[in-house]
Amino acid sequence: MVVSTPSRSGAWRGAERGGGDGGGGRITRLIPVRLRRVGLPYLLILPAVLLELLIHLVPMVIGVGMSFLKLTQFFIRNWLAAPFAGLGNYRVAVDVDSAVGAALLHSFLVTVAFTLLAVGLSWLFGMCGAVLMQRPFRGRGVLRTLFLVPYALPIYAGVITWSFMFQRDSGMINHVLVEQLHLTDEHPFWLIGGNSFASLVVVAVWRLWPFAFLVLTAGLQNIPEDLYEASAIDGASWWRQVRTITLPLLRPVNQVLVLVLFLWNFNDFNTPYVLFGKSAPREADLISIHIYQSSFVTWNFGSGAAMSVLLLLFLLLVTTVYLALTTRRRIRA
Amino acid sequence: MRTRKLGFMTAAMSMAGALVLATSACGGDDSGSAGSDRPVTLTYWASNQGPSLEADKQVLQPELDRFEKQTGIKVNVEVVPWSDLLNRILAATTSGQGPDVLNIGNTWSASLQATGAFVPFDDAALAALGGKERFLGPSLAATGAAGQPPTAVPIYGMTYGLFYNKKMFADAGIDGPPKTWDELIADGKKLTRDGKWGLAVEGASVSENAHHAFIFGQQHGADLFDSSGKAQFDSPQQVAAVKQYIDLMAVRKIVNPGNAEYANGTEAIQDFVTGKAAMLMWQSIASSVKAAGVSEDDFGLAPIPLPDPGAGGRQVNGMVAGINLAVFKHTKNSDAAMKFVAFMTGKEAQQTLNKAYGSLPTVNDAYDDPAFQTPTIKAFQQILANTAAPLPQVPDESQFETLVGTAMNQMFADAAAGKPITDEYVKAKLSDAKQQMTGGN
Repeated sequence: MVVSTPSRSGAWRGAERGGGDGGGGRITRLIPVRLRRVGLPYLLILPAVLLELLIHLVPMVIGVGMSFLKLTQFFIRNWLAAPFAGLGNYRVAVDVDSAVGAALLHSFLVTVAFTLLAVGLSWLFGMCGAVLMQRPFRGRGVLRTLFLVPYALPIYAGVITWSFMFQRDSGMINHVLVEQLHLTDEHPFWLIGGNSFASLVVVAVWRLWPFAFLVLTAGLQNIPEDLYEASAIDGASWWRQVRTITLPLLRPVNQVLVLVLFLWNFNDFNTPYVLFGKSAPREADLISIHIYQSSFVTWNFGSGAAMSVLLLLFLLLVTTVYLALTTRRRIRA
Repeated sequence: MRTRKLGFMTAAMSMAGALVLATSACGGDDSGSAGSDRPVTLTYWASNQGPSLEADKQVLQPELDRFEKQTGIKVNVEVVPWSDLLNRILAATTSGQGPDVLNIGNTWSASLQATGAFVPFDDAALAALGGKERFLGPSLAATGAAGQPPTAVPIYGMTYGLFYNKKMFADAGIDGPPKTWDELIADGKKLTRDGKWGLAVEGASVSENAHHAFIFGQQHGADLFDSSGKAQFDSPQQVAAVKQYIDLMAVRKIVNPGNAEYANGTEAIQDFVTGKAAMLMWQSIASSVKAAGVSEDDFGLAPIPLPDPGAGGRQVNGMVAGINLAVFKHTKNSDAAMKFVAFMTGKEAQQTLNKAYGSLPTVNDAYDDPAFQTPTIKAFQQILANTAAPLPQVPDESQFETLVGTAMNQMFADAAAGKPITDEYVKAKLSDAKQQMTGGN
């Protein structure tokens, strides 16, 4: 406090004396030296902070604010007029005895099961693909490119094709299963009923395993070749090499990969939306679609916002616990 | 201490400044503002009425050019696909940034009226359009809550009818369309053979299902909302109505179980137009018939059978479907926008556009054109004018469509999987839909 005052008044005096200077110099001199030195780094990251606030935090805060309002079509022109709902929206969402809460819980459980399966299978396929492609062989480049095609396709184009293939009467899947392989006599449904869950998992894995493959391939490049050579001289089998060299050295990559796959699948909106349309079958009612239905389509934005906040909290919790657990294990290891 | 505080203050202030800048940049679009000497330009969001967005634009553009020649007002049209239209309208309502004039599905009227985003058409505004009497009564009834001035005016009218394939009927030895529900089922059973089916439904389409729940609900005398606006989707009459529709697949077996996955609003028409099903309860199929390259004369149109008048239900066999035209309150060109509404509800534009889209004019004086004297259009007009009812004009209407329509998707899925569809089952599903409604509010 004491230090800053004289330096500031000095700056003022300087400004008075140099009245005829260019504008830039005057402004610089108006700011005390100490502040200039301390403030510069903050000034430099200010644009980034502002953009971050604008793009991420502000909408999030608005969303949280919405979740405390009884925001229906009556108030969307002027949100401030919407009556305060307190925790009402949350109470409805977590009350599993009510129809709304029960549906949300069901959708949550479906999403958990879907995410576990989709992440597990995507990782397994990606890992197998990456390990099998680790050693150079003829045609490796072509195969790698081929494997990445689902990831490079626009989501809509890829998933709508799947939805055509899954059609009961004219789809290719049933044509192969029934007309050609004669596995069943009846044409099963794939887009409605219990099978729709399996369809969703298949499409999600098809779409995301190339990403796992890509990341793991990159991770494998960093494992020194001599480790494999040394272990081969010691007589280690291929499987032992995978277990004792590849997997432990990929742990940091896996830590991030599994987390990202988890978040993407848990939040996936596009795949079910394109596959099933506006209302997903009950057996494949993923939570993002469910929230969309219970807010946008039914004009109850406060309730949808409350569900979104709950989802956000859950994902934050899982991420924190996951990072804490995996990081500690890594340090211990 | 003070320097740190000062630093924080500067940061906070520049942040606030940036926010203000950003918002004013959003609000700075005054391309259509009046009061200058520049010619007025209106932005118009049109709904997708024809086979594609581009086709719609080609239909609309000559009319818009004619409007510009008459008034000097230029209209920039954007045809918005149905999948986006409601989202776009809600976004425009929230932000106050949007078109001057726009099309809305008429079932959204009361819901959107509740937002207060549109200019109400009071008696003076309606008089400028030629008066209430010019409009088709049922269409004008589907423009907002009863007792309030319409929030929009109807421009394209439509309703449901029973299309039938004349040749398939003749081949099965049936001499005309069914007149009662029992006849429809008997005919359907005769027509269901050799891989062909009596009737096609869009079983996973939320809106189609909800519309049929409403039509048959009316026939059973059910009211979806009581007089205080409270949902009552699971009344015994409504249960019977929904079961009657699901039974077409579950019990009567005249609908292909595969129809339970038809979701995008085109597959049932395809089945009908390509001869895989002999009947279809639908709105206009003109553009699909044209696209399939078959003749419209192959198909006949009859009213959906009415219930026995003695049974206590209402004599309703269609809903008042259609498109309404609304003016956004935030428009800076309300005079020009009203002129455009007058133009679009004018006789000439009504005739040209409804002819192109295969829909019905919503003003009486447009019907003198021979194009509206074809058997199909005449049959539709009779239904719309006499036995069609508008969906409940209450703000919660869209929730009804979503919740009941979705519940019926599940019923069709279960029916297709061979599960028995009982009264208790239908009632449980509809009660669940009702509870989500009350719970969500």
